[in-house]
Amino acid sequence: MAEYKLMKGNEVLAEAAIRCGCDGYFGYPITPQSEVMETLMARQPWTETGMVVLQAESEVAAINMVYGAAGSGKKVMTSSSSPGISLMSEGISYIAGAELPCLIVNVQRGGPGLGTIQPSQADYFQTVKGGGHGDYRLIVLAPSSVQEMNDFVGLGFELAFKYRNPAMILTDGALGQMMEKVKLSDYQPRWTKEEIEEKWGSWATTGKTATRKKNIVTSLEMDPGRMEQNNIRFQKKFSEIEENEVRYEAIQCDDAEYILVAFGTSSRVCQKSVELARAKGLKVGLLRPITLYPFPKKAIKELARKVKGFLSVEMSAGQMVEDIKLAVYEAGSTVRVNHFGRMGGIIPTPEEVVEALEEKFSWELSYGVKRSY
Amino acid sequence: MELKDLIKPENLVYSKSALLEDVPMHYCPGCSHGVVHKVLAELIEEMGLQEKTVGVAPVGCSVFAYNYIDIDWQEAAHGRAPAVATGIVRVNPDKFVFTYQGDGDLASIGTAEIMHACNRGENILVIFINNGIYGMTGGQMAPTTLEGMVTSTTPFGRNVDLNGYPLKITELIAQLPGTSYVTRQSVETPGAVRKCKKAIKKAIDNVLAKKGTSFVEVVSTCNSGWKMTPVDANHWMQENMFPFYPLGDMKDSVKGDNNAKN
Repeated sequence: MAEYKLMKGNEVLAEAAIRCGCDGYFGYPITPQSEVMETLMARQPWTETGMVVLQAESEVAAINMVYGAAGSGKKVMTSSSSPGISLMSEGISYIAGAELPCLIVNVQRGGPGLGTIQPSQADYFQTVKGGGHGDYRLIVLAPSSVQEMNDFVGLGFELAFKYRNPAMILTDGALGQMMEKVKLSDYQPRWTKEEIEEKWGSWATTGKTATRKKNIVTSLEMDPGRMEQNNIRFQKKFSEIEENEVRYEAIQCDDAEYILVAFGTSSRVCQKSVELARAKGLKVGLLRPITLYPFPKKAIKELARKVKGFLSVEMSAGQMVEDIKLAVYEAGSTVRVNHFGRMGGIIPTPEEVVEALEEKFSWELSYGVKRSY
Repeated sequence: MELKDLIKPENLVYSKSALLEDVPMHYCPGCSHGVVHKVLAELIEEMGLQEKTVGVAPVGCSVFAYNYIDIDWQEAAHGRAPAVATGIVRVNPDKFVFTYQGDGDLASIGTAEIMHACNRGENILVIFINNGIYGMTGGQMAPTTLEGMVTSTTPFGRNVDLNGYPLKITELIAQLPGTSYVTRQSVETPGAVRKCKKAIKKAIDNVLAKKGTSFVEVVSTCNSGWKMTPVDANHWMQENMFPFYPLGDMKDSVKGDNNAKN
């Protein structure tokens, strides 16, 4: 029997971790995501599934604890919010460089600096383009409901282990604090020692036995020739991810002349904006990237050949808009791509989005044809 | 009697640990790292811990420790070895996990991680190599550099008004209730090596008995960084390092023991 509950997004992250057989959570308190660790500590999963929960002395320590535990083949995660993710970025680069699977959650708040505790999407660049040093990528999932907060914990781990690469759930303070009905996942047992040895024994530090060579978890390679080979291997992996793991949702895009592109909280706003625009007779659709990396480039390219404009709606000064422009450019299209956003912790209203669409595409709307740059 | 008549298993009195890899070490001749590696490899072998052990290598000269001992290893970011070890041991409480760190790694950039791992009483062994200098990056000042000591970033000697004081971090660690056994050793003579081995064995026993964090500092030489011959470096260490970093046990207890003698 499926179990339904009314829960906060942050609480659901904790519940989903326990249920998907997570071995450990290492974190440090930061608003607006402290409920993740609070929920775990109150649930005491160590008495139920054996999952370890530890409050670290800093985000720096937390991500390095994740590194150690992930290096031994365990399913481990951490969560934080924007300033904390900046602190973790060193460790995330090492985790990517050592090819360790883990799940990181960023419940974004407004920046830069200490910023605000209100929701934001201004960490898109940090998450999708790097954050830490070196050529690496995160597999980035952007939930837009409490249900997806639940579902993407399991999916994040699945993808992380499939590609031996860190995965991130990029969400924000609104989804973290919002309560919605959620269908909880069924319990999955934690992997046994034997299962870990069988699945990940070729690289995990499970203890060197007489039958195998020692395993070394490291991102270091002093020989530039071999280091380049490592990078070539990483890039091949990222190409595979781009090929196989793109996820998005297209809402009323089939007959649309204008496409709103938005993820997470702003995509919820845009669902209403589509309704409002359609009521006014504007043919507007919504493309919601679910994976921010890999970005749904192909879907954008296909739409670029038939629509009159894209409006990227983000709670930032405009970051994802650059990826939309790249896809449109690659499609050989000259259709205009605009951005509308609110910053510093403000969520746009559906009406504002429609107004922005009408204003930014006033030329196209007046003449009924697309306009090139 | 011919030489070949002597080379027989029954006449063997000493051999290299099977866990020490047959690869050339990158350490400078005269460096203390090789000796401490040897002692560790011997103990892991003698105590039958190879399958249980995960080592955590630092950033610094011993960054390649994983090339020399035949056990599973993880290479940590600079200073983060105690956090990495915490992650490993928390989800694998049956494993024997140790960190191997230098003074820059442990006492400068990684101060928060070592303090908190020791304060939580993580069941790990910490080997702390203190030679008062950054070896890998070419001989810069370390937190443990002695007052007046010349390094590439203190070319006129460490000036405490400018650079602060040499940090006796092991004394601080011994104050933490999470630690069980805290000791300072050296490896410059055969006698010292034997004492150091005994101390590390005790530290490992404590970790296996889940008594809390065991911490073994080894006051070491860096003859390349100190710009001395190996022999001179040993003498300099005895004359200058030992008076400031006195050898011996600082704590021998179990974690949480408030009456522990420090």
